[in-house]
Amino acid sequence: MTAAAPEPKANMGQPVPRYDAHSKVTGRATYASDMPLANPAYAFLVTSAIAKGRVDGFDLAEARAVRGVIDIVTHENAPKLKESKLFSNGGYAGTTIQPLKSPDIAHDGQIIAVVIAESYEAAREAANRVKVNYTVAAPSATFDSPGTTTAAAKGQNSQFKEDPKVGDFAKAFAAAEIQLTAAYDTPTQHHNPMELFTTSCAWIGDDLVIYEPSQYVHGLKNGVAEQLGIDADKVRVVNPYVGGGFGSRGSMTPRTAIIAGIARRLNRPIKLVATRDQGFTITTYRAETRHEIKLGASRDGKLVALRHEGAEVSSRPDAYCVGGTKTTTRLYACPNVDSLVSIVRADRNTPGFMRSPPEVPYLFALESAMDELAVKLDMDPVELRRINDTTNEPIGGKPYTSRSLMACFDEAAKAFGWSQRSSQPKSMAEGDWLIGYGCAATCYPTQMGPAAARVRLQRDGRTRVEIAGHEIGTGAYTVIAQTAAERLGVPLEKVAVFIGDSDLPPAPVAGGSNSTASTCSAVMMVCDQIRQRLFKAVMPDSLTDKAKETVGISQAPTTQAAKSNRPLDIEKAFDALGVSVVEEYGEWKPEGAPLDSFKAMHSGHVRLVGGHQMQDKIAYAFGAEFVEVRVNRFTHEIRCPRLVGAFAAGRIMNPRTARSQLMGGLIWGMSSALLEATEIDERNARYVNDNLADYLVPVNADVPGVEVILLSEQDDHINPAGAKGLGELANVGTNAAICNALYHATGQRIRKLPVRLENIEV
Amino acid sequence: MRPFLYQRATDPDMAVQALGAAAAANNPLTQATAQPLAGGTTLIDLMKLDVMRPTAIVDINPLAQGWSAIEPDGENLRLGALAKMSDVAVHDEIQRNYPVIANSLKLAASAQLRNMATLGGNVMQRTRCSYFRDVSYENCNKRNPGSGCAAMDGVNRMHAVLGVSDQCIATYPGDFAQALIALDATVEITGRSGSRSMPFAELHKMPGSSPDIETTLQPGELISAFTVSGRWPRSVYLKARDRQSYEFALSSAAIALDVQDGTIREARVALGGVATVPWRAREAEALLKGQRFDDGLAQRAADAAFADARGRRHNSFKIALGKRVVARALQQAVTMEI
Repeated sequence: MTAAAPEPKANMGQPVPRYDAHSKVTGRATYASDMPLANPAYAFLVTSAIAKGRVDGFDLAEARAVRGVIDIVTHENAPKLKESKLFSNGGYAGTTIQPLKSPDIAHDGQIIAVVIAESYEAAREAANRVKVNYTVAAPSATFDSPGTTTAAAKGQNSQFKEDPKVGDFAKAFAAAEIQLTAAYDTPTQHHNPMELFTTSCAWIGDDLVIYEPSQYVHGLKNGVAEQLGIDADKVRVVNPYVGGGFGSRGSMTPRTAIIAGIARRLNRPIKLVATRDQGFTITTYRAETRHEIKLGASRDGKLVALRHEGAEVSSRPDAYCVGGTKTTTRLYACPNVDSLVSIVRADRNTPGFMRSPPEVPYLFALESAMDELAVKLDMDPVELRRINDTTNEPIGGKPYTSRSLMACFDEAAKAFGWSQRSSQPKSMAEGDWLIGYGCAATCYPTQMGPAAARVRLQRDGRTRVEIAGHEIGTGAYTVIAQTAAERLGVPLEKVAVFIGDSDLPPAPVAGGSNSTASTCSAVMMVCDQIRQRLFKAVMPDSLTDKAKETVGISQAPTTQAAKSNRPLDIEKAFDALGVSVVEEYGEWKPEGAPLDSFKAMHSGHVRLVGGHQMQDKIAYAFGAEFVEVRVNRFTHEIRCPRLVGAFAAGRIMNPRTARSQLMGGLIWGMSSALLEATEIDERNARYVNDNLADYLVPVNADVPGVEVILLSEQDDHINPAGAKGLGELANVGTNAAICNALYHATGQRIRKLPVRLENIEV
Repeated sequence: MRPFLYQRATDPDMAVQALGAAAAANNPLTQATAQPLAGGTTLIDLMKLDVMRPTAIVDINPLAQGWSAIEPDGENLRLGALAKMSDVAVHDEIQRNYPVIANSLKLAASAQLRNMATLGGNVMQRTRCSYFRDVSYENCNKRNPGSGCAAMDGVNRMHAVLGVSDQCIATYPGDFAQALIALDATVEITGRSGSRSMPFAELHKMPGSSPDIETTLQPGELISAFTVSGRWPRSVYLKARDRQSYEFALSSAAIALDVQDGTIREARVALGGVATVPWRAREAEALLKGQRFDDGLAQRAADAAFADARGRRHNSFKIALGKRVVARALQQAVTMEI
């Protein structure tokens, strides 16, 4: 499948090729474990083969005898580390389970020893020869396992403050003309970014450099410093490229401080490359969830009552939850809403962010239920959404800053050929294959956080932009370069961008799809500071005042004021200033950001604002997704030949990179419906398919047709860049669209993911 | 992975001497200290996982010159054991006269793996049972004889329903072997005391009480070629799987028919993805032979093929699925244009 970059529509940037395209396809891009180290030692992890219990002892004789082994670090001799609070609880860590602190084991695959050797091969061999004696306790694996405990999320998770509700759900539901109650399940999933979970640590005196794929270099820097008990200024995290993140690298994992501590003791750089299967247990994951949806509607399709109850698995010590009811209770007009989120504690590692953490599981439930309601009403599911579309969210009544949901439905429906769909299930077929069409809404909160940037402009137009953003494959380099080029009026090829280094001005975590909005808004602001200095040098005061207007953060560069200042001759301005370089630093924060924003930014704490948490308004990006599924009437194999999505997300900075993000999201969404699930052996709470052969993701043959439509949308109420995050927009709703299409193909409603051929009865 | 001695065998004698010398006679071949290396797509993988721990590797790729010929002579077929899967899959005459072979190869693995993997290595491919492949699970009778079977009551969706024992339910994962067993292929074996041949059907052993013994090959023996008598243009390989490509079979069927004037004179049915070894469904064949084809007959044959199947917690669906796959493959074979 090939396709040209989309032509920009109104309020879209140019589809310039990726800033880093050449580096990446020629292999010159340097990832964390590519960084050269002087005389490194190599670490290999030993992880627990039990999920609960303790290590009684090690037999290390055979392992120590392997030539080249330097040390084997266990809880008996590990460097002492300080605790770090959970990321979602104001700390840095993805889990508070700290390995090597004691002989206790809290989850499958917990780090129980680190072998250090002169070579990777020796470290691996010795790790294979480590013998462990365990006392095994019976673990609780997941929902329904003996020994789990369940409690409401509210009150135990500091991020989950309220179960949204409005009106009188019970009364309205009881009185509703049409009632629907349905339960849905989503599975455990793992991010499996292509780049493995590596960590290299090198000490230069008291200074520590960490090369590690991270979605938050300032968070990791501060977190590791906290664990080591050293000044954060002594720690630098570097990763100019990250081979995929998907949320797995937003919070600190225990491995980093462990490796740093061992490197300090050994007085030698250490390089760790954890294996693929270790990646399943030493980092976070998307926990399995369960849902019950109740919808009450009038005969004409108007929602009168909605209740969403969700349950999520977390670890024993940490109350992580995604709580997607904040979105599902606000998506459609409905006067009576109720919700409840619970956390089920099991003997598992702490789950964490995974691409659209709340929306993927929770919208699967809601958007499946909406389709079921449409069937009950004998109504086109697109029309059901139209009837319940709204300009204000129902919980607090706040207006959406912009909402192009139905425009997306209409565009996508047209491109997909929705009108060709026969409304009856099991009514379309070709040869051995039953055909089904399905659709669902997608949405994702628009978020941004405080960010700082430094921009240097030279007399010849060469520009250097520094901001500790993250290139996780999304196109961060590209859109930051475009922003600076546009704002300063210099050619794109003269802009050099430096990101992925905690010595650079801080930017938020590359999570919650805030990066483009946050980093580009900061870069815009600092570019305007430079413009202002140049204006001042060459312009009469009256014009300078006018130019000042362009510094105002709500002005887009196309305004009259900016246009009138375009003829600025940069060289003349530099001559007037009497310098050859102008450099500016600035710190930007979004409207409504908390007072401690900048302080928090420097200490590696995230202060995202947006979504439903804005004052007097609510900001989301929207989309609509249509899929065609085919079910083989003999083998029951399920294939998805077509995915069509239309999306509106404010200003599209670069239609090429945006399309790539959304295309990847659609494919991921299909994958989460049909392929991806981490299998748990419930007897021992261990993952079974912890590798990329058995944890299925799509291959090219599985995605023959993916079409992305970008809608033009202008939103002046969100951030200076006018951009809504779209990195996590497209993989929401796809899972529901697939199941809705499967219903159309087979007449069978499937409410549990992933859908396997054995779940199909035709 | 553990250190090993790498040797390169430049002729078959050298190879079998090197393999035979290092392997203690009482070792099952799967745990022999010396292992032959062809494409390496299974061996290296399992060594990295610490599942196989040979101390010596005998690289037999230099033997390819004599052992990789693809020789259809119009009546019979001889395939060298070191022929690459990809070369055989696209061979004109194989596609024309042995579509079941060509398609079993084409539908296996990925293009990259098919370019590396050899036919001999492919039939020796070891099970994908997750518990076998992960040494942190102690209970695996195949890897650790007498330790039990973690898969029996564990996550066993991919596991076998035919040829199982109370010691092991690991599935034989390959595709090509089903084509060979269906076509009554012969396997040629070179050992220290010369060459021998036997029916391919006698190569693999069901797990029974010793799942660690997977084949009847003796230490120091190598597969040198496969031969097939006759031509089988009316043959198909149907494979059901979770992905469109690059995925093991949940159920597959290799079918070869000789149909004349509407009557099935000869029928061959083999099953993949559902059994512990390449599986020949002779009961199904007996039902088909001499009959005129209809959908009812296909159904009865499919039922017969799975009459002895035993499902467990997650894999019971394979019995119904396998029957549908057999019936559909039979229909395809009967109606294909040749």
